[in-house]
Amino acid sequence: MKILICISNVPDTTTKIRFTADNTAFDTAGIQWIINPWDELALTRAMELKETTGGTIEKITVVAVGLKDAEPTLRKTLAIGADDAVRIDAEPKDAFFVAEQLAQVAKDYDIILCGIEASDYNGSAVGGMLSEFLGIPSISSVSKLDIENGNVKVNREIDGGSETLSTEVPFVAIVQKGIALEPRIPSMRGIMMARKKPLNVIPAVETEALTEFVSYELPPAKAACKMVDAENVKELVDLLHNEAKVI
Amino acid sequence: MSILVYTENWDGKFKKLSFEQVSYASEIAKNINTSVVALSIGNVEETELKKLGDYGASKVISVNETKLDNLANQAYAKVISQAAKKEESTILVFANNYTGKAIAPRVSVKLKAGLVSGITALPINYEPFTVRKKVFTSKAFADVIIKSPFKVLTIAQNSFGLIETENKAQIENFAPELSDEDFRTKVEDVHKITGKVLLNDAEIVVSGGRGMKGSENWGPIEELANLLGAATACSRPVSDEDWRPHDEHVGQTGKIIAPNLYFALGISGAIQHLGGVSSSKYIVAINKDNDAPIFEAADYGIIGDVHKILPELINAVKEMKAAEN
Ligand SMILES: Cc1cc2nc3c(=O)[nH]c(=O)nc-3n(C[C@H](O)[C@H](O)[C@H](O)COP(=O)(O)OP(=O)(O)OC[C@H]3O[C@@H](n4cnc5c(N)ncnc54)[C@H](O)[C@@H]3O)c2cc1C
Ligand SMILES: Nc1ncnc2c1ncn2[C@@H]1O[C@H](COP(=O)(O)O)[C@@H](O)[C@H]1O
Repeated sequence: MKILICISNVPDTTTKIRFTADNTAFDTAGIQWIINPWDELALTRAMELKETTGGTIEKITVVAVGLKDAEPTLRKTLAIGADDAVRIDAEPKDAFFVAEQLAQVAKDYDIILCGIEASDYNGSAVGGMLSEFLGIPSISSVSKLDIENGNVKVNREIDGGSETLSTEVPFVAIVQKGIALEPRIPSMRGIMMARKKPLNVIPAVETEALTEFVSYELPPAKAACKMVDAENVKELVDLLHNEAKVI
Repeated sequence: MSILVYTENWDGKFKKLSFEQVSYASEIAKNINTSVVALSIGNVEETELKKLGDYGASKVISVNETKLDNLANQAYAKVISQAAKKEESTILVFANNYTGKAIAPRVSVKLKAGLVSGITALPINYEPFTVRKKVFTSKAFADVIIKSPFKVLTIAQNSFGLIETENKAQIENFAPELSDEDFRTKVEDVHKITGKVLLNDAEIVVSGGRGMKGSENWGPIEELANLLGAATACSRPVSDEDWRPHDEHVGQTGKIIAPNLYFALGISGAIQHLGGVSSSKYIVAINKDNDAPIFEAADYGIIGDVHKILPELINAVKEMKAAEN
């Protein structure tokens, strides 16, 4: 089986968010770029599967839709352990656009992994859209992915519980918490090897974005926290009941 | 033309968020002079279906097929797109929960519809159609235009209230066309959480962090949650240490929640934690460290030992409840 992991290149999650003067674009000055945390865990899980299922997984490929500036992030996934990388040369305009681009690569894979959301625009859309473009099953909010004797077993969270599923391949797993515990960090050897691994750049297909981000706003500054004395806990309950009216 | 709302039931009862979605769609319908159709998949009694009318649905389409008992993304997306075509719906509304995230993107491809997820308010403009959503894990808002004729919207939880109307809904059964191809995933086992308030649906959440010191200290957190009809939650180290189950972990790498009230007890307020809770309407922090960053995000705070304060808080809530009755 071949595994594909879709990689979103996002600002470090501790970044202080700023916009350009007229608030029409995200200010990328001085930003550290990272692998979207869910995609990083998806890669970790793919590698665990490759190591533990005795030759079942032939290859792990990573793919990103992005301009040249996405390459350091792809290189990092190679250093962590992906076998090869593909960059689809286009600015990722919206989820529909990205998913249609990804479909041209994903059609050749058995298990396609996406994150439940990218930490920048919080779309939660690309994985589901990609599966529909390919006409294959998708399993979302996946918290566990196993391969037992060549059969895929998946746990997913639903609103109000969880389920265990089996599925045919190919399929798209949209992964979240639990898929792997800690992301792997590139080793020195990994970094050296990554330089020799293929990173293929392919052209974008002709397609359109259906949505457009036009402006941004930071939330209004929060009023100072109202402090209640530790000797007077009752006052907190009064405030919640009479002022905030939430209990 | 119409607006189609996917309404989700749990054991035959609609969730509050479904009524919220219908209320939301009804407000849009008023603005653009159209009507709201609610779609229900599953075994739901007519009296329950009728309730969707109370929030403004003029028609309810019910799909009741045992094949659809469990969420099957591909099949559900097909049913919803067929209903949208039949009802000539150009705007489709979902919740931004696990279910919405599972099916809305597939529907959006079927209809070639632009999708915006996690919308926090009514559209700010209809020409061009512009909505506001959260970005950067609640650190900012963005305004997004949907350019396509069909539009798919998923609404952030707890961002829109319920609006009741005098309206009556007409109920209709709908038999979608499905094939075996649509059911290539099989549910082998289901584990339902029963008898407690679900974290994603809760209006009040009581959450503990490493400052609670150990799983044996969670009794008071559960007691306070019970008193308030709240769900319990925790920070990541707490679930990593197995003091609490993993489905209680909130934050950037856990659940993202937006209750009316969030109690952060012995939680320092790391940026990754706040990413999951900063959309709460009110945050209460109890922490012994007056420099803890949680106080910057909180609305009300007490500096002190949580183990001492929590029992007093429970008593004060009991007194307040007793005084009310
Ligand atoms: C990529 C990444 C993702 C992450 N994702 C998440 C996430 O999703 N959710 C999450 O929660 N964290 C996440 N973290 C971890 C996060 O950075 C913090 O380490 C974590 O939130 C701290 O948890 P805490 O507040 O419970 O513990 P601590 O930071 O140890 O804080 C404990 C607090 O309790 C207080 N305290 C101690 N004793 C008492 C007492 N007796 N009475 C009152 N107060 C007391 C202390 O003053 C302190 O403020 C993530 C980290 C990374 C790097
Ligand atoms: N530009 C991109 N290139 C490749 N994969 C992406 C891209 N954007 C998003 N994805 C994938 O889709 C997931 C969800 O992203 P989103 O729908 O944007 O929230 C991410 O976790 C990635 O797996």
